[in-house]
Amino acid sequence: MAVQDNETAALLVRPSRLRAFFDSDILYSFRRSRVTIAAAIVTFTIVLAALLAPVIATQDPYDLRQLSIIDSHIPPVWQEGGDARYLLGSDDQGRDVFSTILYGSRQSISIGVMSTLFAAMLGIVLGLIAGYFGGSVDAFIMRAADIQSTFPAILIAMLVDGTSRALFGNQRNDSVVFWVMVLSIGLSFWVQYARTVRGSTLVEKSKDYVLAARLIGIPPALILFRHVLPNVIGPMLVIATINLALAVITEATLSFLGLGLPSTQPSLGTLIQIGQKYLFAGEWWIAIFPGITLAALVLSVNLLGDWLRDALNPRLR
Amino acid sequence: MLAFIIRRMLQAIVVTLTVSLIAFTLFRFVGDPVNQMVGIETSAEERAQLRQDLGLNDAVPIQFTRFVGNAVRLNFGNSYQFKTPVIDLIADRFPATMELALASALFALLVGIPMGVYTAINRNSLLSNVFLTVSLVGISLPTFLIGILLIFLFPVTLHMLPSFGRGEVLRIGFWSTGFLTASGLKALVLPAITLGLFQMTLIMRLVRGEMMEVLRADYIKFARARGLSHRAVNFGHALKNTLVPVMTITGLQLGSIIAFALITESVFQWPGMGLLFLKAVQNVDIPIMSAYLLLVATIFVTINLIVDMLYAVVDPRIRIDARPA
Repeated sequence: MAVQDNETAALLVRPSRLRAFFDSDILYSFRRSRVTIAAAIVTFTIVLAALLAPVIATQDPYDLRQLSIIDSHIPPVWQEGGDARYLLGSDDQGRDVFSTILYGSRQSISIGVMSTLFAAMLGIVLGLIAGYFGGSVDAFIMRAADIQSTFPAILIAMLVDGTSRALFGNQRNDSVVFWVMVLSIGLSFWVQYARTVRGSTLVEKSKDYVLAARLIGIPPALILFRHVLPNVIGPMLVIATINLALAVITEATLSFLGLGLPSTQPSLGTLIQIGQKYLFAGEWWIAIFPGITLAALVLSVNLLGDWLRDALNPRLR
Repeated sequence: MLAFIIRRMLQAIVVTLTVSLIAFTLFRFVGDPVNQMVGIETSAEERAQLRQDLGLNDAVPIQFTRFVGNAVRLNFGNSYQFKTPVIDLIADRFPATMELALASALFALLVGIPMGVYTAINRNSLLSNVFLTVSLVGISLPTFLIGILLIFLFPVTLHMLPSFGRGEVLRIGFWSTGFLTASGLKALVLPAITLGLFQMTLIMRLVRGEMMEVLRADYIKFARARGLSHRAVNFGHALKNTLVPVMTITGLQLGSIIAFALITESVFQWPGMGLLFLKAVQNVDIPIMSAYLLLVATIFVTINLIVDMLYAVVDPRIRIDARPA
């Protein structure tokens, strides 16, 4: 009898938050998909390595005193002429390719994350406003979204970048470039958030809790951010994950085209651009290793995004 | 139907005007056009004279109207870098981009459709899984990286195919073509694959999805029951009905191909419009930037318009759905 009582008691006790998390559908679908686990491991490894770059890297590629031009163009360790100090070889300035990849991933990921956050904030705010107020405000915002979505993001990002070049001229230093990149990539990806948020806001705004809030005289801004926002923000996580991969690609492409981060503060795209010049000389490691890192990062983030979309959207199962 | 067409055309005109407003704002307010055109030794009076001649002292709406009027007549002024008319520079590079876009669209269709049909019919075969994995990689890899990997594989490692330029070109009137020379065709292979790979994976997934949908339909079962060969059912009945959405997407993607060509052009040093635009952005050559922007916008809007209208012709339901909100 005592055993049975214990079992009943165990059933009655509310499961802890942690337990609930481990038993959830999302985690179940995560554990079931080997591809997703692999993608999560790859993403986690790259992000961790990027965060710990100053600890792991054998060399600080930004510190010119540590670089020696004599050590430039060294092939990876396993090739003839390799040097144990340069695991994946060195580039044209004598920078260790492994270290530059760590620092480069750092740049790529931070620009990717910042611009995704910026795009999400812009899109969510505009979507809330368009959906809640309707009328000409709505028409204006959504037409702007329509027009923008007919253009590829990369063109918009290039245009913003070109404009900043004209505006800043010679004062375009490295920290300005970072924020210009965040701005230009962010501006090119807000449309999807705005459309989704607008759609769900249209549904939410006629619900009773919104009407009640309006009735007791809460100002619209407060209704939008305190009451409507929490109810429409769910799908944003999925869009943001998929957009993160796109933002990283866009940043890499801009940097590759020579419109992004300069070669003194390289991102993965800049590294590939530097390496491209030496491809024909047989020095493949300068471009190919950052390329593989970029591909692995984007692919695994994409896979995570796909999984998240399926896991959070039961209709698709 | 007429109302639908007129509404769509009005929309297209509004979009084009908005883009020209952006292009005009760029040209007029980002940097001083006069400073860009004259040398450092030009006197203040000469500058004022030039400003007057260019009409920069007029009211902004008048300037904008003039800008649009000039743009319609394809007059975009002179490039800051080259000091020659922008339209000549663009016309010179237009054929290169169009041929590249055409070749990659053909590649995407000719490879993507069969792959899509195959993966839909043989759903669990090993080859299908290989195709699907490849397509996932194709969607995830940035275009420039695909280009570099191809360069590394073919010209550098295997010493096959050229890695830059257009090869020999023939001039026919104003159009320079690389389609008619052996070296021109060889030079086209890698850029076309690089540019078309993304579209190919897109088309493959689309055809696969549509085919799987159609193969479940009753008329396919009926065709099988009539004892028609698999070939006739799969290609004569099923594929034919998947092609409408494929044509739409391909049409819409044609605009993206032209825009994305600039990345491929940069990797392969292909002398097209994209490379011109890229150099213009790097050197803040605003007349080229705004002209390219307008041109791409016009191409986009025109293609969207044509696709919309074709779609409405093919599928009458669209005409009813497309009432203004």
